[in-house]
Amino acid sequence: MSLDDYEIVIGLEVHAQLATQSKIFSWSSTAFGAEPNTQTDPVCLGLPGVLPVLNRGVVDAAVRLGLAVGSKIRQRCRFTRKHYFYPDLPKNIQISQFDEPICDGGTVKFRLHGEVRAVSLTRIHLEEDAGKNIHADATKSLVDYNRAGVPLCEIVSEPDLRSAEEAAEYVRALRTLVRYLGIGDGNMEEGSLRCDANVSLRKRGTTAFGTKTEIKNMNSFKNVRDAIEHEVKRQASVLDGGGRVVQETRLWDAARGVTQSMRSKEQAHDYRYFPEPDLPPVVVDDAALAALRKTLPELPEDRFARYAGQVGLSPQDAGVLVSEREIAGYYDDAVAAGAPAKRAANWVINEVLAVAGDARRLGDADIPVSPAALAGLVKLVEDGTLSGKLAKDVFGKMWAERRTAADIVAKEGLVQVSDSGELEAACSKVIAAHPTEAANFKANPKLIGFFVGAVMKETGGKANPKAVNEILRKLLA
Amino acid sequence: MIAIDARGATAVAIADGVRAGKLRARDVAEQYLDRIARLDGALGCYLLIDAEGARRRADAVDAAYKAGRDPGALAGVPLGVKDIFCTRGVETTCASKILRGFVPPYESTVTARLAGAGAVMLGKLNMDEFAMGSSNENSAFKPVKNPWSHAHVPGGSSGGSAAAIAASLCAGAIGTDTGGSIRQPAALCGVVGMKPTYGRVSRYGVIAFASSLDHPGPFGRTVEDAAALLEAMAGADPHDSTSIPAPIGAYRAAARAGGDGPEPLKGMRLGVPDEYFQPGMDAEVEAAVRGALDELARAGAQIVKVSLPNTKYAIATYYLICTAEASSNLARYDGVRFGYRAPDARSLEEMYTKTRGEGFGTEPKRRIMLGTYVLRAGYYEAYYGKALRARRKIADDFQAAFAGCDAIVTPTSPIPAFKFGEKTSDPLQMYLADVLTVGPDLAGIPALSQSCGFTKAGLPIGLQTIAPALGEEICFRVAGAYEARTKWHERLPPETAS
Repeated sequence: MSLDDYEIVIGLEVHAQLATQSKIFSWSSTAFGAEPNTQTDPVCLGLPGVLPVLNRGVVDAAVRLGLAVGSKIRQRCRFTRKHYFYPDLPKNIQISQFDEPICDGGTVKFRLHGEVRAVSLTRIHLEEDAGKNIHADATKSLVDYNRAGVPLCEIVSEPDLRSAEEAAEYVRALRTLVRYLGIGDGNMEEGSLRCDANVSLRKRGTTAFGTKTEIKNMNSFKNVRDAIEHEVKRQASVLDGGGRVVQETRLWDAARGVTQSMRSKEQAHDYRYFPEPDLPPVVVDDAALAALRKTLPELPEDRFARYAGQVGLSPQDAGVLVSEREIAGYYDDAVAAGAPAKRAANWVINEVLAVAGDARRLGDADIPVSPAALAGLVKLVEDGTLSGKLAKDVFGKMWAERRTAADIVAKEGLVQVSDSGELEAACSKVIAAHPTEAANFKANPKLIGFFVGAVMKETGGKANPKAVNEILRKLLA
Repeated sequence: MIAIDARGATAVAIADGVRAGKLRARDVAEQYLDRIARLDGALGCYLLIDAEGARRRADAVDAAYKAGRDPGALAGVPLGVKDIFCTRGVETTCASKILRGFVPPYESTVTARLAGAGAVMLGKLNMDEFAMGSSNENSAFKPVKNPWSHAHVPGGSSGGSAAAIAASLCAGAIGTDTGGSIRQPAALCGVVGMKPTYGRVSRYGVIAFASSLDHPGPFGRTVEDAAALLEAMAGADPHDSTSIPAPIGAYRAAARAGGDGPEPLKGMRLGVPDEYFQPGMDAEVEAAVRGALDELARAGAQIVKVSLPNTKYAIATYYLICTAEASSNLARYDGVRFGYRAPDARSLEEMYTKTRGEGFGTEPKRRIMLGTYVLRAGYYEAYYGKALRARRKIADDFQAAFAGCDAIVTPTSPIPAFKFGEKTSDPLQMYLADVLTVGPDLAGIPALSQSCGFTKAGLPIGLQTIAPALGEEICFRVAGAYEARTKWHERLPPETAS
């Protein structure tokens, strides 16, 4: 059978670190990248006698995420202890949620090749992160507990995803959402967004699920896509050979491009869940829920609908603008400052993003060209003061020197020349200098481009190309 | 300056003396340290004596007094601390080999509050390993002897705390009560032990045995001593989410009010549950407790019958919940970060199994295994879930009973102190020693044990007063009234130098 004979069934468990100042159950900082074991305290180290105290900001973040995807918020939920032994887990207990997650259900929407996909969520729950084992050499392992107790929310999807590409786009959509809400930075490389995939195949046309494997250790969107693609091929070849897929956990080895068995179901842990006795139930009352709802920003899909509908941008442009909250914010601010909407979109996408490098820089207050400054430039193009080419040069100067367009235009005399006397003189000069081309013009009208270019050069780029074109056609006729 | 005879001294008398400038905290501390040096070798109450720290703390109290500052309600009170409370810079072992060498970098809320009130910690008291036991025979280091008879156990798990008070090796002590671990040793050693409402006293820094059942509480020679300690220990704690924000009661005043007038308990109804007087109860214990009820009636109380029909499920319920929670809480002792690590392990798994195999004693191992079984996937409902429902019913029994009475009075232990080795071969027999004390732990309600007489062999007998949630003042009032009329607390055990 070929791969096309199988339907791919994927469900994802995405862990997003929540960007609170302090840990989920104690007071240490959550900042990334500190010296090992400098961001610890007795509680996150699980010393004898300590007790967890819930950081309320973590609950607020998860509730906001739940509201953004339309989950049912549990207004009373509890934490659960999950047991397993591993050196990076200080108490050998992970405080998590099991039978009473903070959010049930919900839908994550995103576009794939122009089509809207809606992936159902099973749940969103809160838990604490573990530390990190560092294998110093063959005889020694070290543990860094800076990450132990960093708040995580686990977003569990239904098995609604049908391709590796779709899975990767779903994770990207979650990252966008987390960033829009300002509850996390969603950085896969730093591990603040992590993803495990449950993958199975079934013959097209059947409804029963095949045996699934769980893939771990994918730390980029590309990894998610590559790992799932590899796993799909592996399972297909097992099934094609008449074999059975073994239910197991497999680790993605990005360097070798393969998944490898980590543990089978028989070796699976019995986590011995039971309600965390040190934490009272978490209550989110109606007033708190209403207040959190008010803090929701305009979400990516709503923004997309506005840009592609009301504003009339192309779906591609709308997609680029909403892909990061900072881009959309920058764009909205430029339009609010008077830039025409469609022209502003082109400028943001083609010029600002190109020079900014990291799209999220567009949210910086001290970005070299502010949205208002960009609006000033775009208006000069709109009213014919600057040609497109001149405007690009001006933009380059604005970015490099932090000056406004008006200032550059005024001080450097860059105003477009539309005066017909001046332009006619320049055009005549150019025609006189190129008699052969002038003679050939009637046979080859495409030579107009050559003449316009020459006139622009002659005028130092200041000529209004439209006017030059008209004058040249008149003189060459 | 006057000297104080530490033998039989009360905590409040010492604090009053220091606060009035009649006693120096340093002199008091030296006297107790001297007694410990002379007498504790035979008793085994202390696992660690922090003489230097005690002198430093006592000097600070004296300096505060000299400087005109309030040295605190417990100024200069020599304090014994069960080795389950984390003390910054002072080794804390829970009487387990697995925690040997563990020096906490932080202080428990309770010990910090007591120190803030001027109490002077002398050292860390012996106990059953991880508070698991009813005889103190489960200490990994040494048993504690009952000061009234060295052939008998002091009870447990806070045996060191109870025995140290009885033997005047400290004037105030603290312990923890999970299934009776304050009240049962208090009864067996003839001192006052108080288990407050769950959440009344912070558990932060108290090494967890069974989180939903662990209650820190005070020991004293008198009811007022225990009340004074509780006033300093109690109150909400931002480090313990299960602590209760309600204001602290006037416990000392309640203890003293019990001594007012000929009928201080007039208008009070005291319930007596038949279920707490079952066959198997020692005849001398029953007689002493019945006699105490008569005395309480003479103090003005109306004695009424109440029923706690689910008492028969209490032991099973208790051991399901406490073992489940213990198996979880004790998971952190793995040799990775602190305490004992087995040498020469060749793999991670071997390090875990050897460390835990060598570090834990028999009883913690037994409870870890039971608790692991109880929480197994697919068995949660049959065991832990069912136990939680039974726990609710037991709590409901108490609530229903309190509709007809203000407090419930029972024996603390069905038997007086037993001999070493008498119950060690049969864990179930040992577990039954908790039969009269586990109920209030499961219900989370306050209960106090005090002495109500002695057997012919000279062993103390305990009387338990149980009150509704946050009814600590009721316990102190009833117990204070009884104490004022009987004076059993003035009897002191013999002294045997080691």
